[in-house]
Amino acid sequence: MASTLQLTDVSFTRQRRSAQPLAVLDRISLTLEPGETLALVGPNGCGKSTLLELACGLLSPTWGTVQAPPIALMPQRGLLMPWANAVDNAALALRAEGVSKRAARETARDWLVRLGLSEFEDARPHELSGGMRQRLALARTLLAGRPIVALDEPFAALDAISRIEAARWLTSALGESDRAVLLVTHDVEEAAVLADRVVVLSPRPASVVTQVQLTGPVPRLRTSPEVLAAREAILSALGVTG
Amino acid sequence: MIRGLLVIAALLGLWELYCALSGVDQLVLPSPADVAQALWTDRGLLWSALLVTAGELLLGLSVALVVAIAAAIGIHLSRSLRNSVYPVLVASQTVPIPVIASLLVVWLGYDTGPKVVIVALVAFFPVVVGILDGLAGIDPELDLVARSFGAGRLRRFRLVEAPAALPGALTGLRIAVVISVIGAVFAEQAGGDSGLGFVIQQALPQLLTARAYAAVVVLSALALTAFLLLTAVQTRLLPWTRLRQSEQ
Repeated sequence: MASTLQLTDVSFTRQRRSAQPLAVLDRISLTLEPGETLALVGPNGCGKSTLLELACGLLSPTWGTVQAPPIALMPQRGLLMPWANAVDNAALALRAEGVSKRAARETARDWLVRLGLSEFEDARPHELSGGMRQRLALARTLLAGRPIVALDEPFAALDAISRIEAARWLTSALGESDRAVLLVTHDVEEAAVLADRVVVLSPRPASVVTQVQLTGPVPRLRTSPEVLAAREAILSALGVTG
Repeated sequence: MIRGLLVIAALLGLWELYCALSGVDQLVLPSPADVAQALWTDRGLLWSALLVTAGELLLGLSVALVVAIAAAIGIHLSRSLRNSVYPVLVASQTVPIPVIASLLVVWLGYDTGPKVVIVALVAFFPVVVGILDGLAGIDPELDLVARSFGAGRLRRFRLVEAPAALPGALTGLRIAVVISVIGAVFAEQAGGDSGLGFVIQQALPQLLTARAYAAVVVLSALALTAFLLLTAVQTRLLPWTRLRQSEQ
């Protein structure tokens, strides 16, 4: 199976019971190459999460085609299971594919170590801080062993300091795994710090306004000229000046 | 716990006071002291009756639990079962127990059979509703995550949905235990020769009102014990349910 994600002319219209159908996506074409990190930025409610669900095969497009390898999804709120401890939450990704409980836990423990959560193996989600919960959710997503991971606003619930840290552990965890990332964010700067390429979407129905290519290793410094230039380009594409 | 005992003590005090001051006939309303005395003098009778009723409850609740789990899983996994079976389950709860109790005795005989059926009939419904509520409360996005990890329908049920439904099932069971005690009494009164419901039924025409009250006290104690036991099981086995409020 090809490990390139390819969306060709994808449109999506949401059928609603007591209202007019809602056009969410309008002829979006995107490619995500292996190992690449692609950030999707756009105004709130423009359909970014819908785009992720389409890419993950959880929705079918109204028009157009989606060609994708299996993609693991990490939704905005992380969505850990309150009844399970950190190891079992992470192990869900493997047990979903039929790996035995014991083997799944073993592999999960390795990933918790990599993400600096080894001391919290037995902690339930409510005992973890917001940042640790997101780290655990990311560990779970990476454990799924999919060639692409889709991260929906992974840091939205974190404070500014945790976000900077989060960008660091995200890139270090990804650096070891050589996976392509589809990153949805409303934080333009974050996109410029983390992504190889930023796709700017219009308000709903979303279409691609422009793509901004970046170079060099991530995470980039927030104050680097490249990040500042990309930030300018993205903001002007969004119609925001400042 | 201590406050609960204090409330009970205060209620007993008021009751005793009322009996002493109003001069109500003790055949109509025995005082707590009379009931206590009956509890002691009839202890052999009450104990053997308690064992019978507790046995019926245990059997009936076990049947209810099995039926409820099967019904809830079926209703949850199949839309057509939800549409066809759920209304029947609701309707089953509107059947007046005293009516069906005597018919069941004619049908199934005087021994344990009809009692178990009636206890199960009143007990399974809160369990089904509890489980279905637990299943309905699962975040749909968690289901998406599990799907994106490659989990099929049954695996999602086992890994995500079943654990999420446990607290609801236990809550339903706690309600079921308490109301099924009433079911057991009706069933014993409809036809039988043992159990606490039978003791009550025999005591009243013999004007042994205090004994009837003593049997009610034993019934309440049985229900309360089972309820507290299940609550302890819930906090022990499902500690996250205790913490849910502080977590949000």
